[in-house]
Amino acid sequence: MATRTFSIGGVHPKDAKISRGCAIEPLPLPPTVYISMSQHIGAPAKPLVAVGDKVKVGQPVAEPGGFVSAFIHSSVSGTVKSIGPRKDLAGNPQTCIEIAVEGDEWMEGIDTSDTLVTTIDDDNKAVLEKIRLAGVVGLGGATFPTHVKLSPPPGKTCEMLIINGCECEPYLTSDFRTLLEKGEQVVVGAAILKQVLHVDKAVIGIEDNKPEAIKHVRSIIKEFQKISSKYAGISVMPLMKKYPEGGEKQLIDAVMHRQVRSGGLPIDVGAVVQNVATALAVYDAVQKNKPIVDNSVTVTGECFPKQANLLVRVGTPLQYIIDYLGGVPADAVKVISGGPMMGKAIANLDAATVKGTSALLFLRADQTVRGQESQCIRCGRCADACPMGLEPFLLNKLAKNADMEQLEANAIQDCIECGCCLYSCPANIPLLDRIRIAKGQVLGIIRARNAKK
Amino acid sequence: MSTTILWTLVIITLLGLVLAVVLYFVALKFKVVEDPRIDEVEKVMPGANCGGCGFAGCRAFAEAAVKAPNLDNNYCPVGGNDVMAKVAAILGYEIQQKAPMVAVVRCNGTCEARPRINEYQGVQSCRVKAALYAGDTGCSFGCLGCGDCVEACQFGALSMDPVTGLPVVDEEKCTACGACAKACPKAIIELRAKGPRGMRMYVSCVNKDRGPAVKKACANACIGCGICAKTCTHDAIVFENNVAYIDFTKCKLCRECEAVCPTGAIHGVNYPKPLDVEGIKARIAARKAAAAAAPAEGGPSSQIAKENAHQAQPTAAPAEGAPSSQVTKENAHQGQPSAVAGGKEETNKEE
Amino acid sequence: MSKLLVSPSPHIHADVSTKSLMRDVVIALMPAVIASVVFYGWGELLVLGVSVASCVLLEYLITRYLLKKTSTVGDFSAVVTGLLLAMNLPATTPWWVVLIGAAFAIGVAKLTFGGLGQNVFNPAIAGRVFLLVSFPTYMTHWEVPQGLFGVDAISGATPLGIIKEGLMQGGSVPELMAQHGLSYTQMLYANLGGSAGEVCALALVAGFLYLLARRVVKPWITLSIVCTVAILTTAFSLADPTRFTGPAFNLLSGGMLLGACFMATDYVTSPMSNLGGIIFGIGIGLLTVIIRYFGAYPEGMSFAILIMNATVPLLNRWFHQKKFGRA
Repeated sequence: MATRTFSIGGVHPKDAKISRGCAIEPLPLPPTVYISMSQHIGAPAKPLVAVGDKVKVGQPVAEPGGFVSAFIHSSVSGTVKSIGPRKDLAGNPQTCIEIAVEGDEWMEGIDTSDTLVTTIDDDNKAVLEKIRLAGVVGLGGATFPTHVKLSPPPGKTCEMLIINGCECEPYLTSDFRTLLEKGEQVVVGAAILKQVLHVDKAVIGIEDNKPEAIKHVRSIIKEFQKISSKYAGISVMPLMKKYPEGGEKQLIDAVMHRQVRSGGLPIDVGAVVQNVATALAVYDAVQKNKPIVDNSVTVTGECFPKQANLLVRVGTPLQYIIDYLGGVPADAVKVISGGPMMGKAIANLDAATVKGTSALLFLRADQTVRGQESQCIRCGRCADACPMGLEPFLLNKLAKNADMEQLEANAIQDCIECGCCLYSCPANIPLLDRIRIAKGQVLGIIRARNAKK
Repeated sequence: MSTTILWTLVIITLLGLVLAVVLYFVALKFKVVEDPRIDEVEKVMPGANCGGCGFAGCRAFAEAAVKAPNLDNNYCPVGGNDVMAKVAAILGYEIQQKAPMVAVVRCNGTCEARPRINEYQGVQSCRVKAALYAGDTGCSFGCLGCGDCVEACQFGALSMDPVTGLPVVDEEKCTACGACAKACPKAIIELRAKGPRGMRMYVSCVNKDRGPAVKKACANACIGCGICAKTCTHDAIVFENNVAYIDFTKCKLCRECEAVCPTGAIHGVNYPKPLDVEGIKARIAARKAAAAAAPAEGGPSSQIAKENAHQAQPTAAPAEGAPSSQVTKENAHQGQPSAVAGGKEETNKEE
Repeated sequence: MSKLLVSPSPHIHADVSTKSLMRDVVIALMPAVIASVVFYGWGELLVLGVSVASCVLLEYLITRYLLKKTSTVGDFSAVVTGLLLAMNLPATTPWWVVLIGAAFAIGVAKLTFGGLGQNVFNPAIAGRVFLLVSFPTYMTHWEVPQGLFGVDAISGATPLGIIKEGLMQGGSVPELMAQHGLSYTQMLYANLGGSAGEVCALALVAGFLYLLARRVVKPWITLSIVCTVAILTTAFSLADPTRFTGPAFNLLSGGMLLGACFMATDYVTSPMSNLGGIIFGIGIGLLTVIIRYFGAYPEGMSFAILIMNATVPLLNRWFHQKKFGRA
């Protein structure tokens, strides 16, 4: 059987997973951490501590500021030095809690041992509450609070849980390393998620450029299925390597052959997608009482002297991580938080990591500097590449003319900002730059219209 | 042969007649009865269709103006009072007069004053840039320099100065339609009263960061010291979020704030004479001295006195010609309340 | 590193540019170019040389000095136009006629519309049709000098011309074929008379396969043209084999393959969506067959492509990509 993949568009950027051989190593504690209140989609969290307070690792320092918001915990032990605006990686001020690190004292009740806990609590309510209190958010990029995603709206049932282990972005290897090194925990996490969602089937989708991970996780599942019936129905599905396989809608299409309707949610077709790192965080939260205080970050790039997958405490200054590995290389012109296709270019290296930080990528000028824009030759490559079946050349033209009606008619709101159009444009037309902005405007118009109804 | 020609003529004539009848009925059916005054109003409009009035174009404005009971909510900024007088005459409404406005760029972060720490590559659009990050400099409030405002201006009144990297308003051409202000994602451009003979004062900065951070980012920025607000005797300067703002409805154009501003963030334009810093400072100092000499008089006027209590001390410092950050900072946050009371009252009476 | 570069995502780009695409087309045309020089001799080389050189030079001069823009000559598109134009001309075309054709192709059909990407009609075909209408004697004069290396068997007229002429004089297709020694195997690798682009079907197909392998073009337009022509000509020739030529003859003769593989697939002047491309191809096939069978000209490919070029904006409006989740 041919390996599955999503049905429309997609591109094949060079894999470049040069850090795939580097085991995850813990980064030494930084002298100071800056914990941002905006580490999730939705309203910023509200600080619970005051300047001068002593905090321990895993102690909640902020509570959710709204429905789609999450708890935030101290990632270190020490003293709160200040609470105030600090520039994030884009240079925009965000409220941060500055904590001076003193020792490494964890909160009572957190199991910091390596013992694997495979027995799962039957009380779903308690499990869900643990996930909520641990501040677990989707670590695949959207940082959507996980407990919200795990509570499907009434009337909608979930048929399948999909664990996203695609890591389709070039360079990134943190999920791959997690699957190899903490595959057991991920599988337990998947079983917990499966139980909370009341589904029989859970599929761990892994792209076929990671055969070791596929084999490893398969053997773990086999082992676990002997121990407990709670692991029944979990399987690994190898997927054909193609970007953006890890996009939520694309992954559901690949695994289930179902397409989420425009404006719809995965639950509409009976799917819930969670990232590998999220599954691990769920394991930590439920089995170990450990909130999200650290996450694995790939630090990579051809021009970077040392490739690494680091376990980094949330709020560690980027500069500290970079200095630990030898500083910014001379020929690097751009530092990206995340992968090269959807990651954000960093404008401010003094910024600190957040829960969702997955990678620091260094690119040379010849790798990233855009070519001179020339006229559209109407080759249609952007439309062929678009995984949503949109026509970026048309959307770009409409966006230039600010024709909101036509933009909506041509489904700009469906754009997932994967970057395939700009990636594949031979004329170097900055398609996505404009489409992204116009999409925001159209979504605003749609929201305003729906609010009126 | 001749029959062919004959038939051709007959058929064409018949066809023409039938189509003419069809056209006549179609025209009859789709005839729209319109208030003839709409056309009249539209005729006197500038015809720029810029949308500055809030309507889609001049025709839409004319329709709205005819429909409305008065001209209170409909004003054409481009045509100004002249056009509105004509409109009022046509419609028989009361004439609406408004002070002429002009677009003002409230950022003075020139290339020189604001060191670039990042380089941008992508669509040359402030909107795109603003959505991506804070900007190329340490200032996350200032002009992004891609010229969305220039593009938005239909009257060619805006241009980017290649030296400063900032937009420049051509006051002759500016019609105050407000398109640039809407286009600016950082809300730097503001419509302000044009002022007598074009003279006006404004704070050319919108940075809300605290003083030290602002200073590091831009040499021309408002550092939020508050000296201007304390100097102003007309209550025209609002001081909020670490940045000063001059309320143009209250400003009397005395230029005192401009003279005392330590960073030159306050701009007075179109004055016939250059700013006489020393003279103004001497005037302020004399006023303070006079007020200090007669503290008892102003004593009872409690409320305002309290507010203005901070005034005396700070102004003294720049008067000595030492606008060091140390002094300004102290003054900004803890102006000594002991010195004067009611200084402002006095000056107001004088004027 | 003093300043960090900041730009919206994505931060990497596929290894493809307008230049690389056009270069691939040039490479793909090379087998046919070489074959044509081998069969038609130095005269053909002169036509190719003049055509390419004048297209490139004109594009440079016009963009640079007339339009006062940065020259777009570096993107190889003028080279492609020059090659395609030359391959549409007889090897005996005088150099000044080639120059006029190039001037029309680049100056009128391409740059007046705004240059590469904006032109409605394929410049090379527009140039050819302009010459065909303006200089019919040169354009239908297929008396060709000896090829290189003693390659022979070059007769004075194209197979399509022979048949058209013969049919008009009351002959029948099988008779004419036999009479003029037209065989399909020969047409496959060495056509009898015609322009460079008609000479060697195998070379054209080889070039097209290269384009497909490099993912420069998609096969849909070409396939739909070929299928349409094959189906229609089969039907007609079965109905009356004496009057209508068969599918093999039609596919291998004239500008059919050059047009289907290289001219109709031109990015700029073909529809963007696959479905639109298929409709576009069907239209070209249909028109070509109609012109060949019933028209005054023996060859209809260029006219068919030009006519369908004009429908592209409509096709783009009507046919869109299949959108995700909007079935």
